[in-house]
Amino acid sequence: METTNVNDPEYYHKVVDCQYACPAHTPVPEYIRLIAAGRYADAYMINWESNVFPGVLGRTCDRPCEPACRRGRVEEEPVAICRLKRVAADHKGDVIDRIPQGPFTPNGKKVALIGGGPASLTVARDLAPLGYEIHVYDEQISGGGMMRSQIPSFRLPESVLNEEVNFILDMGIHTHFKHYVDSLSALLPDYDAVFVGTGAPKGRDLKLPGREEGDANIHIGIEWLASVAFEHTHSIGKKVIVLGGGNTAMDCCRTSRRLGGEEVKVVVRSPFEDMKASPWEKEDAMHEDIPILNNHVPKSFEVKDGKLIGMTFDRVEAQYDENGKRSLISTGEPPVFVEADDVLIAIGQVNTFPWIERDLGLEFDQWGMPVVSKQTYQSTLPKVFFGGDAAFGPENVITAVAHGHGAAISIDLFCQEKEVANRPAPRTNLFHQKMGIHEWSYDSAVASDQRFVVPQADKSVTLKDRKLEVELGFDERTAFQEAQRCLNCDVQTVFTETKCIECDACMDVCPTSCITFTENADEESLRTQLSAPALNTDQDLLVSDTLKTGRVMIKDEDVCLHCGLCAERCPTSAWDMQKFLYNTPKAGISVT
Amino acid sequence: MSFQRPLFRHPNLPKNELGFAKADYEGTLSTLCAGCGHDSISAAIVQACYELNVEPHRVAKLSGIGCSSKTPTYFLGNSHGFNSVHGRMPSVATGASMANRTLKYIGVSGDGDSASIGMGQFVHVIRRNLNMVYIVMNNGCYGLTKGQDSATADVGSKSKAGSINPFQPIDLASMAIELGATFVAQSFSGDKRQLVPLIKAAMDHRGFAFINVISPCVTFNNNVGSTKSYDYVRDHIEATATIDFVPHAEEITAQYDPGTETEITLHDGSLLHLKKLANDWDPMDRISAASAMQKARSKGQILTGLLYINEDAKNLHETIESVPSPLNQLDETDLCPGSAVLDDLMMSLR
Repeated sequence: METTNVNDPEYYHKVVDCQYACPAHTPVPEYIRLIAAGRYADAYMINWESNVFPGVLGRTCDRPCEPACRRGRVEEEPVAICRLKRVAADHKGDVIDRIPQGPFTPNGKKVALIGGGPASLTVARDLAPLGYEIHVYDEQISGGGMMRSQIPSFRLPESVLNEEVNFILDMGIHTHFKHYVDSLSALLPDYDAVFVGTGAPKGRDLKLPGREEGDANIHIGIEWLASVAFEHTHSIGKKVIVLGGGNTAMDCCRTSRRLGGEEVKVVVRSPFEDMKASPWEKEDAMHEDIPILNNHVPKSFEVKDGKLIGMTFDRVEAQYDENGKRSLISTGEPPVFVEADDVLIAIGQVNTFPWIERDLGLEFDQWGMPVVSKQTYQSTLPKVFFGGDAAFGPENVITAVAHGHGAAISIDLFCQEKEVANRPAPRTNLFHQKMGIHEWSYDSAVASDQRFVVPQADKSVTLKDRKLEVELGFDERTAFQEAQRCLNCDVQTVFTETKCIECDACMDVCPTSCITFTENADEESLRTQLSAPALNTDQDLLVSDTLKTGRVMIKDEDVCLHCGLCAERCPTSAWDMQKFLYNTPKAGISVT
Repeated sequence: MSFQRPLFRHPNLPKNELGFAKADYEGTLSTLCAGCGHDSISAAIVQACYELNVEPHRVAKLSGIGCSSKTPTYFLGNSHGFNSVHGRMPSVATGASMANRTLKYIGVSGDGDSASIGMGQFVHVIRRNLNMVYIVMNNGCYGLTKGQDSATADVGSKSKAGSINPFQPIDLASMAIELGATFVAQSFSGDKRQLVPLIKAAMDHRGFAFINVISPCVTFNNNVGSTKSYDYVRDHIEATATIDFVPHAEEITAQYDPGTETEITLHDGSLLHLKKLANDWDPMDRISAASAMQKARSKGQILTGLLYINEDAKNLHETIESVPSPLNQLDETDLCPGSAVLDDLMMSLR
């Protein structure tokens, strides 16, 4: 194998699995250490810089970081990264003096942001301090987008959302709420650039027999959630069917339980395991006595005397072909009737852009989605940029934030008349952490604790009040213990060939058998010949230059505990533990 | 701070026939200097025991005093251990073996422990051919007392402080051959590929198995001018042969070439497969082994690998016809043969 190029910033970045998996590349271990140190405000600001909504995301994030967490490969469960983020937000105290405050020196450029959700607000936050005049348009009465209309208050208290939305709006953003933009062309002349962050605002409908007759009691999930959030809807029938297996379905069923639903059922076409909802959201729903009927395909809405009485379903079995493609085959059993007073349809969302004129030079593809560059977020109309669900279809909040950062860079480059494709590079720092023979600047000892469970308020209380938050969050002591489970993967094992005397000390001491000194070979055979087989090909091998004896040092990054023992047992400091900080590029950083 | 090894191990760590992973043969975290050759030897012992499917509770590890003699704490944490008096490990090992000859005995000693204070014990345990593995972790200096030259330091070797050793070294391996040890090998801590099969063969050998392992002291004897530094040893090493240990349970498929290869069958049927044999050397011939050692030394080389093996000699228990079972398992009927036997004995003395 070739010698690994550790000067490529992406090599060490990839070792920090959580940060690498995060769309916004939040430096997770960095803020977890600060939480362990009780420096909650500092931890919060690292998050705020990177993901803009730490309080919101600490409760509602899809957590792509957690399945990636190295801890999950070493033992059962990953670090509770998401809930630690919430700890930082809960205990941060007053951070207002750390948030950029206007008025900023105007740079004479005006940018319109259509939609007031996470993508647009991220663009606003990145561009406002640079002097841009930002105008946010949203049809709702306040900012936040789907974070306000679709995420129920028992998961995300309004006060948390308001605080983080206001951090941004208070930077001197011009807001145009209750203002539905019905024409892009009308806006274009007034602005130097336009950002479209309108999300995926339309819930899919289900056209089945009985749909029209039962319409009064059949609701589209996200519309219904918004109507609850904005206090237009206060009740639902005693028996409720929620169709769909995603997180919106989970929010619908749990909200129903709080609005009078006594027998709420989730009915889903697929097998339970294939449901799109996050496992913890399914658990929370079932904990609130909501059964999930899987393998039931909706057949018809049943209406009697002009009123919905329930639905019938076909029972199916999932069969998978050799490519893993699933088909749902009817079991041949008679259809199942499920009683219902109301049905909520939460089977997906779609984009819709009726307000964008099709003759502006802004191209749409065959599925009605705008043609947008994945690198620059620029549409085919150069001054119009897209981000969030509006750009590439429904994703999640953290992805919308990442798009917002990227689009802000593009808008800034565009408005400064620079090449949009010529992006600023990430900023990295690698610095050694040795304090003494057995002392490092980080807690190198690896805690053996299992993942701690976040306490929840009792459901006898929470089911009575839809605004009462269910999860209570970690207390400080548990947060410390959970934070100590972090393996500090950003403290890298840096190897210097010229210092190595090949004493094997590192190889002998490594608790997880990551290090091997061997003759070089091709990757495939090397992976089977190491001290422990390196079967996880997603994880890189760190390959040194040829050593004095003609061998190479190979380190399998897969289950390295970053305990620093290799560096402690190295007599010549050929191994060193060095903290790697990777900061994603930001708008306003000059391109070199 | 890491004085303790984390508890997590590689999830795909292979298991041996007993269901143990290599980690099950580890001891506590070493407190020797970082980079000490002794730690590599400990790791080689761990590897050998793992590969030999040794039950940890069937091993006793014994040592004297010195850096080397601290190491039994760092391997085979589930085995029996005795950290004895300086230079007296062979006596304790002999006593232990007398009491229970069914265990495997691994003695660990150093150049000070064996070549100075314990020399008398060393020669006599060889003379008696006690069934044990005797490993000397040889760094040519007294590391525990800040690196004075030891009795195995080569003449002319320069210490870290700059003084030149004026005395002739004691060559423990040559001496062991001379004294009639039935298994003699020499190796280097930085060469596990050779050391691990040697330890395995030594553990399977029935009789006294001696391995002199050159083990650089990174703190006091790894300087330029030292003849026991990593660089010097790597530059001057010469192997008698490459060695493969084939456990007797494994089917042997490869044919060997009598010109450059040879095979030695151990008592339990395991095989030692030696390749690339040195010229004029026969591992079964004491004279050729002794002369190969002398020749290598005259050329300034360090001869490593298996030097000599004799699978036919009687070991101590066979010589004195000791009882096969451990003494603590002998009951009254074994120990008291009855009055008829006593009468016979008395009659024989009349």
